[in-house]
Amino acid sequence: MERLIPPVAPRAPGRWQVATVAAIKVETPTVRSYRLELPMWMPHLPGQHYDVRLTAPDGYVAQRSYSIASSPLNAGGIELTIDCLLDGEVSPYFHEVVEEGDRVEVRGPFASYFVWRGDEPPPVVLVGGGSGVVPLMAMLRHQRRTAPETDMRLVYSVRTAADVIYADELGEETVLTYSREPPAGWTGHAGRIDAELIAGAAAGAMTAYVCGSHGFVETAGSLLVDAGLRPEWVRTERFGPTGS
Amino acid sequence: MSSFFSRGFSGRRRVPSELAERLPPGQYFEDGFPVLTAGPTPRIDAAEWGFRIDGMVAEGREWTAAEFRALPFETVPCDIHCVTKWSKLDTSFRGVSLDVLLADVEPLGAYAMAYSYGGYTTNLPLEDITDGKAWVVTEHEGEPLPREHGGPARMLVPHLYFWKSAKWVAGLRIMDDDEPGFWEQNGYHNRGDPWKEERYWND
Repeated sequence: MERLIPPVAPRAPGRWQVATVAAIKVETPTVRSYRLELPMWMPHLPGQHYDVRLTAPDGYVAQRSYSIASSPLNAGGIELTIDCLLDGEVSPYFHEVVEEGDRVEVRGPFASYFVWRGDEPPPVVLVGGGSGVVPLMAMLRHQRRTAPETDMRLVYSVRTAADVIYADELGEETVLTYSREPPAGWTGHAGRIDAELIAGAAAGAMTAYVCGSHGFVETAGSLLVDAGLRPEWVRTERFGPTGS
Repeated sequence: MSSFFSRGFSGRRRVPSELAERLPPGQYFEDGFPVLTAGPTPRIDAAEWGFRIDGMVAEGREWTAAEFRALPFETVPCDIHCVTKWSKLDTSFRGVSLDVLLADVEPLGAYAMAYSYGGYTTNLPLEDITDGKAWVVTEHEGEPLPREHGGPARMLVPHLYFWKSAKWVAGLRIMDDDEPGFWEQNGYHNRGDPWKEERYWND
């Protein structure tokens, strides 16, 4: 068992630095994880993000933010898990161009609210939709290594069995639901998250972290409050437009 | 500008130069209106909503929803810029200028803390919310402001990153000294000027 490290106090993020892609893991047909080695690495809090900056030869720049998937115990670098968005600009570059050994400009870690520090009242319930599981995985990975006695559960909604990110790392703490098509013989929850699923997984929970699309987070947030969690202990992070 | 180039990157979401000039550094063009919130969306009855200004003022003031509706409204065409990198151009809101609201209370301090239902706060110097730079808005593009975008009412401070435009706003506390609000305590810049790319602490 690794030594429990105290939470990192919030502090100013690092400067832009050039990371090296050390490893690429194919998670699903549309999702890959990139292990980046950082020359100026600093420990992050599980849940924080990095900014990535791409620069074209004529100076054109595109920036996006990506959640860190790894535990800060993995010193010297970070893992970013990137979902390839069809109309995107930075995520398709990662999927179509980036190879091991490539260099990528990054800056972070950022933001200290959607983070698990280890001193939030347990049980802790994590609710992720699709690639919204990424920052929650950083929390779960870190909890397993630093505070295995802490009751932390994950509710993870995916469309189909092919869309499960980190499939080989999910354990008994995880409740999966297949929103579109469950695999053959599946006896667990199927369909979108609902009151029964959330009330069961959140029974007794004091702290919640929710990450996913806007609609997913709206639904999960309401269900958690209905299940008895105090709104101020439900921390949310969203991606994607509302369409409004 | 760095001297680093990304191998094989050309940029596939470039926008025409007349639009590009309206995008602050590091921002991209977004057609939709993404929602970003730290917690569950609060449920506020529009009839129960009210707005107050308190703290370092000659006389505090509270407007009920009905009193607020009787104030002079204006339409505010604007571009908005979120610190998470998206910008929405040519949108519009409708609401009451902070100049109108502050004229009623005579502020004695130079700073304000906007506070919201649900506990959110964000700090603003008075000079960023006076002289036609900030509003309390209740409509977006001709419709009542949706709950997820801060309805019944939010701040609108379009020249700063959009976290300064507090959703579900309940009031302003006028202060002698500046204090950091919610995101300002959680790693984001104290002022948040998108044209200076003031995103995070120390930017």
